Amino acid sequence: MIEAFLSAGMALPAMFVAFGLLIGILFGFFGMGGSFLVTPALLVMGYPSRVAVGSGLAFVFGTAVIATLKHRDLGQVDYKLGVSMIVGTTIGIEVGKEMVVYLEELGLAGSVISVIYVGLLGGIGLFVSYEALKGRGGGVDHDAADAEVDPDDIPDIAKKIQSYRLPPMLTLRGGVQVSLWMILAVAFATGLLSGLLGVGGGFIRMPALFYLIGVPVPIAVGTDLFEIVFSGGIGSLLYAQLGAVNLNIVVPLLAGSALGARVGSAATSLVDEEGIKIYFGLMLLGGAVAVAIQEAGKYFQLPWAQEISLLLIVASAVMVAGAVVVSSIRAIQARDNGTATTVAD
Amino acid sequence: MISVSALPLDALTTVGAVLVEAIILYVGYGVLTSAVGSRVTAALTDQ
Repeated sequence: MIEAFLSAGMALPAMFVAFGLLIGILFGFFGMGGSFLVTPALLVMGYPSRVAVGSGLAFVFGTAVIATLKHRDLGQVDYKLGVSMIVGTTIGIEVGKEMVVYLEELGLAGSVISVIYVGLLGGIGLFVSYEALKGRGGGVDHDAADAEVDPDDIPDIAKKIQSYRLPPMLTLRGGVQVSLWMILAVAFATGLLSGLLGVGGGFIRMPALFYLIGVPVPIAVGTDLFEIVFSGGIGSLLYAQLGAVNLNIVVPLLAGSALGARVGSAATSLVDEEGIKIYFGLMLLGGAVAVAIQEAGKYFQLPWAQEISLLLIVASAVMVAGAVVVSSIRAIQARDNGTATTVAD
Repeated sequence: MISVSALPLDALTTVGAVLVEAIILYVGYGVLTSAVGSRVTAALTDQ
């Protein structure tokens, strides 16, 4: 059924534009997580692993370029830190790509990547849902990203890492001093994840910059975006050399995503993120379940598993993006009526 | 297997095409937003 639909001329690009719109709303609103769903969706649709990962990376690259253009005037990028990370990131991506190629030769790439995705999406989904139910944050806090961070707020683990004076030492913005080797280690780990999974790695890099290196949150957010431009660009180039970046996928996805990101970022000034975060956590869990169903379907040869998986991924994205849009419209109407609303119903 | 063949472009051209598209989208949607954004908000408020 899916094959018949997708082979029908413009249906495929139109579907990618619509899916990109959903992803863009999520990325623009939450500041992370959109690209999580692209590679799993492509895997579920039956694309080869390297095409799913390579095209996912190219999509992340394009999205990061647009986001970085928006943030360039905010002064939230530590260029010295970003450039220092490029070497570690590049090596990590190359190792991740070679792992994908090797696993493909063994016929295990799809399964291994899917299992990692199930663990990653499931773990982060549980964490975000738990934090939302507890009434705490989790993920990128838009207000915190724009605020100055007290040096006393630097996590203890970051202070501990900064106490290791393994030369050469780099002085980062805010006077933070850290060993270049620690920066390269963080860059390598996130690069490996990018090369292996086709994601920007921001959901790991941004917290790592804050918790492990002690970079203030606003600078961590901006530098992370700057870094994704390079990790996504380098990763795309490496996969493109394998002929694994499919512009028929990336171009319509990016077109929808860029529009969605504007809607999502506009919604941040209208709707309280905390009211919707539980949906975001559930969406990630939905993505994990979808990939698990897909893998189980392959193993047990269940013909309906692919369609159920794709439906689950799309339905999860529609649910959260819909909550953002509907809440925004209600907020606009309530504001006009002189009442305030901040929580999605 | 769904088969949508990748366009026959070399690696640099492929990544360059994504970069150019991203810049065009950034500029294009920026112009679009400033042109119709307030009208959309007004239309939603009038409902």
